[in-house]
Amino acid sequence: MEKRLLSGDEAVALAARDAGIALGTGYPGTPSTEILEAFGALGGRAQWAPNEKVALEVGLGAAFGGGRALVTMKHVGLNVAADPLFTAAYTGVTGALVVVTADDPGMASSQNEQDNRRYAIAAGLPMLSPADPQEAYDYFFRAVELSERWSLPVLFRMTTRVCHSKALVASRATPMTPRAPSFVRDIPGRVMVPAFARPAHRKLRAKLAEIATFGDASDLHTVTEGSRDLGIITDGVCALHAAEASPGASFFKIGLVHPLPIERLRAFAAGVKRCVVIEESDPVIAEALRAAGIAVESKPEAFRFGELDVARVRRILARDLSPEPPLPRGKPPELCAACPYHPVFAALRKLDCIVAGDIGCYTLGVMEPYRALDTCVAMGASIGVGLGLRHVLPADQARRVVSIIGDSTFIHSGVSGIMEMVYNPPELGHVVIVLDNGITAMTGQQEHPGTGRTLEHQATGKISIEGLARAMGIDTAILDPFANPAGFATLLAEKLATPRLSLIVARRPCVLAAADIRGWEKAAEATRAAQACCPGAVPEDA
Amino acid sequence: MSTTVTNVILAGLGGQGVIKASDILADAAVRAGFDVKKAEVHGMSQRGGSVTSDVRFGVKVLSPMIPRGEADFLVVLSPSEVVVTRPLLRPGGVLFAPDFVPEAELVNKRSLNVALLGALSAYLDIPERIFLEAVRAALAERLHAVNEQAFQQGRARAAKAGAAALGKRQ
Repeated sequence: MEKRLLSGDEAVALAARDAGIALGTGYPGTPSTEILEAFGALGGRAQWAPNEKVALEVGLGAAFGGGRALVTMKHVGLNVAADPLFTAAYTGVTGALVVVTADDPGMASSQNEQDNRRYAIAAGLPMLSPADPQEAYDYFFRAVELSERWSLPVLFRMTTRVCHSKALVASRATPMTPRAPSFVRDIPGRVMVPAFARPAHRKLRAKLAEIATFGDASDLHTVTEGSRDLGIITDGVCALHAAEASPGASFFKIGLVHPLPIERLRAFAAGVKRCVVIEESDPVIAEALRAAGIAVESKPEAFRFGELDVARVRRILARDLSPEPPLPRGKPPELCAACPYHPVFAALRKLDCIVAGDIGCYTLGVMEPYRALDTCVAMGASIGVGLGLRHVLPADQARRVVSIIGDSTFIHSGVSGIMEMVYNPPELGHVVIVLDNGITAMTGQQEHPGTGRTLEHQATGKISIEGLARAMGIDTAILDPFANPAGFATLLAEKLATPRLSLIVARRPCVLAAADIRGWEKAAEATRAAQACCPGAVPEDA
Repeated sequence: MSTTVTNVILAGLGGQGVIKASDILADAAVRAGFDVKKAEVHGMSQRGGSVTSDVRFGVKVLSPMIPRGEADFLVVLSPSEVVVTRPLLRPGGVLFAPDFVPEAELVNKRSLNVALLGALSAYLDIPERIFLEAVRAALAERLHAVNEQAFQQGRARAAKAGAAALGKRQ
């Protein structure tokens, strides 16, 4: 079998194709973004959703219909998708639903380092935890099997080092064959009114008990006999760090992190003199084992923060609590020199604005020389946070509050903030700036519903940002801040001076994506024109 | 083939070709029959920030990340990153700073990444022929000649200045 060097993300995409995934959907987010891009490139049906909640709902519908679905997101995306996720655990699925959550311990490119193994416990869903690209490939099939066998969504937890590390991957010779989707009515199983949800909850717990029994005997867990002096219980990439840090130890590598194989772990811990849990982020496994009365050593609190590596695992095992050498602090990222947002931040700074910011490249407006960002919390939060500030601040401060949000983030979850603004307007009005560079720039230039092109850059329906805002009754202006910096500053000052609600679309394509966008748009235009003249026709070069 | 793992860190700024260079090195190691792992953090790198990529190869590689202070080789594409990344190198490890191949000698200064790979290649247990296959496989055909030349310039410098390079061992 020829092996190929693949990232964990690419390995999942390849597995998704080989497992007969009918639909892959998600929202871009480092380190998960490449999964759907690679799945699309392999010929899979891959699409971007406006946000993770919608993606999960589309995936759930596909799985209700008997299809196999893949939904991908970064860890914080699962917060957005949590509402349907928790009840999907009750409804279960008919086909398969695999939900990838890509955690980012150490926050290489995230606003927090939450540990989504907690979601498996909270929602009551099985969760697999691959260590490297080969396991990401192999476990994906196991996830599909688990999902179909127990009719449950399955969480697939990756981390930055699993997603973005490359290693040799052997793929299977024969793909899995999916069943053909077909609707089977199941009203008590899928309509979660209280009368149906109460038994559904009991059914979920019964399934989890069965999966726990299955897990106790499953080869998803690997036990390596070594020294009886030291036993290490571990999961994910930490298993590799630990194997390198302490090659002579006995190992229990957990592949299914929820539900845990408690009785096997109890026996393992009893068989060694010292038993240490090596896990990244929260002490999720250690807490569960201790709650079950199993005496294990957990890492010191200092190792809850950041990623683990071989050196840090050695420290944990040596009980070395001396200060760790600082990580090299290189040059931080910054706005590109030719970024169209520069004049926006210059104006915000000049007008001494209080800026409720959002998630995207423009978060970098917090860096010198502008320092023109006062909050950054979550996708879409700029608008609500800006409104809250406007509601309580004294007038001289309130009228300087501005919300800034990117085009993709606006579509993701900014629109509901605009509804709040219309419904509960601050006394002095409010100003929202949509920084529209025509692409989801920060994650590497992905399409979104506002671009009017699909994940694979084909022409599709397009959402107009100004159209949405105007439909909600917001005074909306459109300007290219790069072409007219002085005009932008004047417009912003004017809007701030009135007590009206206003939205400014600061529109100019991302400098990194502009050439690509022109190419995609030219092809998309040709397709649109051909379809307008004679529906169904596609130009030869499209 | 040695049973130990060779640890190479490539460093620079976003847009300099650090990831491309590490892809070429990892591919060359695969072609030479090694187990290979490679780790880096994507995401913010396009915004001009620091980028490092870890490439590990040997008979069997476990962790994808090189333990801090245990890199055998450190290849740095930007002068500003030399001081920052130097602590990643083990005592006795070899540093290739960006001026190891003077920019002025390169036909295209964007091939500094491949030039420094050429220098590194002189120290590795991977045949030159295989390395050049990996360079060609990673680049568009129109870039082959200029990059093969850059690779040879780096390799020749490493061979010629072997003693000087050894003198740079940390």
